[in-house]
Amino acid sequence: MGRLLTTLITLLGVAVVVFVVIRVVPGNPIAMMLPPGATEADIARLNALYGFDKSIPQQFFIWLGGVVQGDFGTSITARQPVTGMVLGRLPATLELSVMALVMACVMGGAMALWGTRRRETKTEAAIDVANGMALSVPDFLWGLLLILGFGVLWPVFHISGRVTPSLELPFTTNFYLFESLIRLRFDLWADIVSHMFLPALALAIPLSAIIGQLLKQSLKETMHLDYVTLARTRGYGETHVILREALRNAILPTLTLVGVQFTFLIGGTVIIERLFSYEGLGNMAIEAVTNRDLPLIQGIVILFALIFTGVNLVVDLLYAVLNPRLRHG
Amino acid sequence: MNYLELKGLSARIMRQNHPLLRSVSLALAPGEVRGLVGESGAGKSMIGKAVLGILPKAVELTGGEIWLDGQDLQRLSARDRRHRIGQSCALIPQDPLTALNPSRRIAPQITDRLVDILGWERARAVTRAEELLHEVRIEDPARVMRAYPHELSGGMRQRILIASAFAAEPKLIVADEPTTALDVTVQKQILKLIKDMQARHGTAILFVTHDLGVVSKVCNRLSVLYGGMVVEDNDIDSFFAGPRHPYSRALLAATPKYTDPGASLTPVPDSVIAGVRGEIEAFDQRQAHV
Repeated sequence: MGRLLTTLITLLGVAVVVFVVIRVVPGNPIAMMLPPGATEADIARLNALYGFDKSIPQQFFIWLGGVVQGDFGTSITARQPVTGMVLGRLPATLELSVMALVMACVMGGAMALWGTRRRETKTEAAIDVANGMALSVPDFLWGLLLILGFGVLWPVFHISGRVTPSLELPFTTNFYLFESLIRLRFDLWADIVSHMFLPALALAIPLSAIIGQLLKQSLKETMHLDYVTLARTRGYGETHVILREALRNAILPTLTLVGVQFTFLIGGTVIIERLFSYEGLGNMAIEAVTNRDLPLIQGIVILFALIFTGVNLVVDLLYAVLNPRLRHG
Repeated sequence: MNYLELKGLSARIMRQNHPLLRSVSLALAPGEVRGLVGESGAGKSMIGKAVLGILPKAVELTGGEIWLDGQDLQRLSARDRRHRIGQSCALIPQDPLTALNPSRRIAPQITDRLVDILGWERARAVTRAEELLHEVRIEDPARVMRAYPHELSGGMRQRILIASAFAAEPKLIVADEPTTALDVTVQKQILKLIKDMQARHGTAILFVTHDLGVVSKVCNRLSVLYGGMVVEDNDIDSFFAGPRHPYSRALLAATPKYTDPGASLTPVPDSVIAGVRGEIEAFDQRQAHV
């Protein structure tokens, strides 16, 4: 209950800040819509139509009144309800982020386990170097490198869009990746994955390095603990001890970090989606900002804020599941 | 025949010429309880760890043999050695608060070995674990089996670890200061419990402790260590009647007497320390000439 209240206050804070900031910074949405030679009367009429003639607090409460009913207003450029536009793009970004997260966890987890298994050897040193490189190059640069490598020099993946445009899509939702699996349309699924793979990988590489480093560190510390030693005396080998005794305890700090980093990753989709012309929220956000489409910007930001708080909630729940000491607290 | 035999076991910190064990030899007959006594750093825990194959990565064995049940452990592959130790030996650790995995329930922590290493059916292992918990006088074994370690007291956890050590009917148990981390009131109960369990199961125990009082209560024989060297190997009665080595004599004199709580503590005299250090130096010089 207290949790819900903090979440609401957070969202309200975000709403206020965004609402005020995009109205204070230079750039007039109305001016961008008008044809050359529009009269003062035209401007005043359009301002009144979108409510820009009222004071900022007034505008805010009108907007907030709509929001609580699920109405985020009308996009200035597209002249469509923001709610529908944003929700239509949300699945694309969610699928991309989750795919990137899964890839990061798999790659980072594998590196951590392998590095722990071969700790204090040259293999571990090599893993450290690889992680350092993965971490010091930002996601959009990885995106460019991947486009160059697997899109241009050795074109094995698609580098633009979400799906090949000529394909007939039988989907009822915008969760293409998910729905193609449900409908057993593996041909479409393969095409979607082939589009999604490089942008997801670009997002996943830096995160996988963070996961790999932290998890390896906590695994190595856990390997010195008494219960791990005790398991060794029971006849268990290194791999078994790492997986069954150490991993579950060592994963807790990593889990918290993944929660925080996942929100950064979702932030990263904005640039990556642009880079790969991927039709998601991030791409829409950039267009909205360029066009000063205030209602659309507000809608997207609120949605991102909702995702962030949702992710944090999921992390807290997972933490309680994995750590029995918190369960009966 | 001896169940465990160490022949001239030497160990040192990796790549440093700092010996931790200096040609330690000792034998343990089936069902025998041998105390390993000495100050901190005397190498008593190191011996237990060497036997169980859990030496820290930075420690290497430089010589000697460990024979377990007529088998030279170092001649086995790492995997076989591990299995052999897992099947026939067990450890009662020092600190019950850190020796149970905090994120796993008690049941699998006892039954894992029975199922995975000894190849029992899980149901049989669970029954066995409950029997053992009952044997170490835990009131409600079924509930404890489902509990997580943080829900249990230190004394309870040590009982569980003792039950777990005896569960596979090992021939040898290494008890590494099993009462040091416990409350004084619980210490006595746990000590009595280990003694009772040992008597009932006839297990040989290597009992690592710095407390000669504990040794007098549970052990048949003892080895006194200083600087990784066994300075005295004696049976309990003759040791407490009159230790042979000056260092052991001083150590015994330094043990506070419960009969005379007002007496001031007598430290081991410097002259005795100097004497035993001299022996160690002489030993190292002999080693260097070999």
